[in-house]
Amino acid sequence: MSYQFKWSVLWSGQSGGWLLQGVATTLAISGLAWILAVGLGILAGAARTVPWRPLRLAGTFYVEFFRNVPLLVWMFFWYFGVPPLLPRGVQDWLFNHSAEFWAGMFALGVYHGARMSEVIRSGINSIPRTQFEASVAMGLTTFQAYRLIIVPIALRLIVPPATNESLNLLKNSSVALTISVAELTFQTRQVETYTAKAIEALTAGTLIYLVLCVSIAWIMARVERRFAIPGLIARGG
Amino acid sequence: MAGAAIEFEGVSKWFGNHQVLTDIDLAIVPGEVVVVCGPSGSGKSTLIRCVNGLEPFQRGDLVVLGDSLASAGVRMPALRTRVGMVFQSFNLFPHMTVLENITLAPVRVRGLSATEAEKTARTLLERVRIPDKAGNYPANLSGGQQQRVAIARALAMQPKIMLFDEPTSALDPEMINEVLDVMTDLAKEGMTMMVVTHEMGFARRVAHRVVFMDAGRVVEEAKPEAFFAAPKSDRAKDFLSKILSH
Repeated sequence: MSYQFKWSVLWSGQSGGWLLQGVATTLAISGLAWILAVGLGILAGAARTVPWRPLRLAGTFYVEFFRNVPLLVWMFFWYFGVPPLLPRGVQDWLFNHSAEFWAGMFALGVYHGARMSEVIRSGINSIPRTQFEASVAMGLTTFQAYRLIIVPIALRLIVPPATNESLNLLKNSSVALTISVAELTFQTRQVETYTAKAIEALTAGTLIYLVLCVSIAWIMARVERRFAIPGLIARGG
Repeated sequence: MAGAAIEFEGVSKWFGNHQVLTDIDLAIVPGEVVVVCGPSGSGKSTLIRCVNGLEPFQRGDLVVLGDSLASAGVRMPALRTRVGMVFQSFNLFPHMTVLENITLAPVRVRGLSATEAEKTARTLLERVRIPDKAGNYPANLSGGQQQRVAIARALAMQPKIMLFDEPTSALDPEMINEVLDVMTDLAKEGMTMMVVTHEMGFARRVAHRVVFMDAGRVVEEAKPEAFFAAPKSDRAKDFLSKILSH
């Protein structure tokens, strides 16, 4: 084998800085997109279960529209498609303020929001209808019943599939490199290009993703245990 | 009837093509305790669930504490604060402690402060005889205790009417009495109560009137002594012979 390993390329020169900056961008774009996805997921997931048809239809439309188009297409759509529709001043401002980051964040958020909403809907559907009846029977409005009872219970039930979805979101943030967001995969490739050390660069990227995802899974497992509903099964650990 | 707390006026209800309530006329005065009984599928749960709007009906009117449910303008949440309901399956909120279950509606709907609501809740827990369970989660209570918390939760809104939909049907036999005792206390205090139950002993001792339903109709209504001693209809005789035979 003629390949010469040289791991020091990862911390010599600019590589270390690039990788760190890549991690920071990945966490930022994923974190913001996750907040958007969970917000949209709760709204759309709940909307699809309410006793009012127009709201159910709106929820269904959002889910089917956004989950059935490839994420890559959404990235291009929000980056190349949307800005020209905006007023000139807003366009200029955006392109001076990392338009690609915001477009990527939006694409990730709405795409995973659609997927997250199905997770949340299945959580809501697993709650006996009588819980809703008990809520409104004491004078809560439908909105209050969802906000105080139905959604809080559903969120506790769906931590494992929501963890899956969150990890997918983090990993899918790498698609944003196609619209030149300088996230972790982008920076990994930059290191590779500058050092011609593909194995080292990609190994670093792989390990960093692994550490990030395992950490998130660990945090979510703690959240699951902390908020477990007393008396329900499945409280491993 | 003038002054009725609950008044059904020709109420009919269908599930699709299937008629589940037919021309119900029934008036319940303040302070009255009415037990509704009848075979399963006779419409008694549906009847009681109409009173707080959990079931809509298609014909007739139902006037509850002066509000007509058939009229478009009625605000259900406001009406429901005056009508408490206790369910067969308790329906406590599993992610909240006993205290949180009881204080939720007083704080969120009535706008009470947390301290006030907690004070009332603790008094109610005394009343249903489980003052030491305030910090427990529903899963850590027995069925009888859960149902008594459910009663306290409904009473926390200071309702004028209490609806009980088979409150003891899901309980182990040895826990039935602890719930019936609380309900008996409540009846003695003058609460207007509508109770769907198979507990004929409770009906005999506590009810002012027994309403017997079959196939979506009120077949018979009478004072408990009269109903149990000499039911008029064959269907009531048949029903009683089946449930009182052992």
